[in-house]
Amino acid sequence: MTDIHAKEQTNIKFTVESLNLFYGDFQALNDINLTIEKNEITALIGPSGCGKSTFLKTLNRMNDLEPNVTINGNIYLDSVDVNKDMDAIELRKRVSMVFQQPNPFPKSVYDNVAYGPRINGIRKKTQLDEIVERSLKQAAIWDEVKDRLHKSALGLSGGQQQRLCIARTLALEPEVILMDEPTSALDPISTMKIEDLASELKKNYTIVIVTHNMQQASRISDKTAFFLLGNLVEFDTTITLFSQPSDKRTEEYITGRFG
Amino acid sequence: MHDSPMKKRIKKAKTVDSLMTKIFYIFGSFFLFFLLILAAYIIGKGVIDFYPELLTFTSKGIGNQFFNTIYLVFLSLVISVPLGVAAGIYMAEYSKDGKFLTFLRICIESLSSLPSIVVGLFGYLVFILMTGAKWNLMAGALAVSILSLPLITTTTEDAIRSLPKGFKEGSMALGASQWRTISKVLLPACLPRIATGIILAAGRGFGEAAALLYTAGQSTIINWSNWDITSPTCPLNPFRPGETLSLHIWGMRTEGSLNPNASAIANFSAAVLVIMVLAFSLLARVITRRISKKSGGLI
Repeated sequence: MTDIHAKEQTNIKFTVESLNLFYGDFQALNDINLTIEKNEITALIGPSGCGKSTFLKTLNRMNDLEPNVTINGNIYLDSVDVNKDMDAIELRKRVSMVFQQPNPFPKSVYDNVAYGPRINGIRKKTQLDEIVERSLKQAAIWDEVKDRLHKSALGLSGGQQQRLCIARTLALEPEVILMDEPTSALDPISTMKIEDLASELKKNYTIVIVTHNMQQASRISDKTAFFLLGNLVEFDTTITLFSQPSDKRTEEYITGRFG
Repeated sequence: MHDSPMKKRIKKAKTVDSLMTKIFYIFGSFFLFFLLILAAYIIGKGVIDFYPELLTFTSKGIGNQFFNTIYLVFLSLVISVPLGVAAGIYMAEYSKDGKFLTFLRICIESLSSLPSIVVGLFGYLVFILMTGAKWNLMAGALAVSILSLPLITTTTEDAIRSLPKGFKEGSMALGASQWRTISKVLLPACLPRIATGIILAAGRGFGEAAALLYTAGQSTIINWSNWDITSPTCPLNPFRPGETLSLHIWGMRTEGSLNPNASAIANFSAAVLVIMVLAFSLLARVITRRISKKSGGLI
């Protein structure tokens, strides 16, 4: 398998081949094939229950946490099979995740960001200080929290909490950031800030974002994948998918005829 | 003026609402008053019957029983907290639904409803007769642990299960192992609730009499200048007999009633016991609040 992928372009981050996923007897993902490129934002869209979040979770094996999930097919991260040849902990350090509901830990702002580095054995205070400051700056929240680093993160607003959660993943210097509807619980201004942030972050990171919001997908993503009932219906550059969808179902969905 | 049916309905709902509010206030204040009167009565009687000799650490005072009570609760918590918290973590995080877990739950539920005299006799059989030991504090602490274990286990399990799913997901998504997630995120987050379980468990230790009757025993011979821990009269020797305050109250009200001061001793002991329990729960709450605040768990 390895030589096949070696021939492919080097800017491919993830290659997904004939991926099927079952919750018990129910098949939630049907033969998914797709590639995710480095330094791009890939948006996953589709109606509720279409499998887009489930698919996102397979990329860092978060569905390992749920019982009765079976997966077959292959997912390669830089040509290494994440299910067979990689440890889940190692994978999640490289492919981090931001959730729909902001989920800061009930700790101080500082301890939230330092959590990842600390579990990787970084103990020196100067080094941690530096990582915390850099990550918060990258997540565009430093100015808002620099005076309250040692106060509880639970006192921040929802939008601030979500940027803190992004900072928390950035502190690990991952290669890929997965975002599962990161703005659906936020107000329009916070949403805009997160979108700007995502566009900024793609210079250094690969981003995969699940969204309900088609304007959001068209605003920030380079590629878009449309999921329906566990199938990947269409996957193309965002411009093409939204202007000239090749599948009728995609067209119906993006023009708001269902969903 | 004629009210529309809609208005009538709203009016009725409002009346019922305010009526129910009043009813719940009445129930709430009833219990509050009941508790206050009870506490005032017990403490008041203790104050009235007080005479200075009661404070001495001799056979005439209750100092030794006071110390025994604290020491026994301490010993039982040393045993039951690690075991109970560990079992709770297992139930919440590691166990898989199935026959084994159901069986375990039935065991814990039965254990929590076991009458304390049964536990006391079991303790007598196992910790005293089978080991050939005399009545001792450790046996009492073990018996109390049997009673408080299910409490600590279930509160820990419930506390962990009631945390938002996001805490665990967030930690796991950062590449933390399950144990790190538990020890660094989940346990600190539910510390106040676990502390409540520990306070309740300690309360059982403070108040228990039946389980201690044949385990910790009803005698106390302490020599306060003897600090050789192997000696049976050393205060800190956990393998010496040690009567607690609640047993002392029971004793003074039954066979000890030949003592002319029995009633005064019992009343004062009861007052001290009530104050001890109150002080302990206040202290535990202050400590957990401080820890949560320091770790940023509270805003």
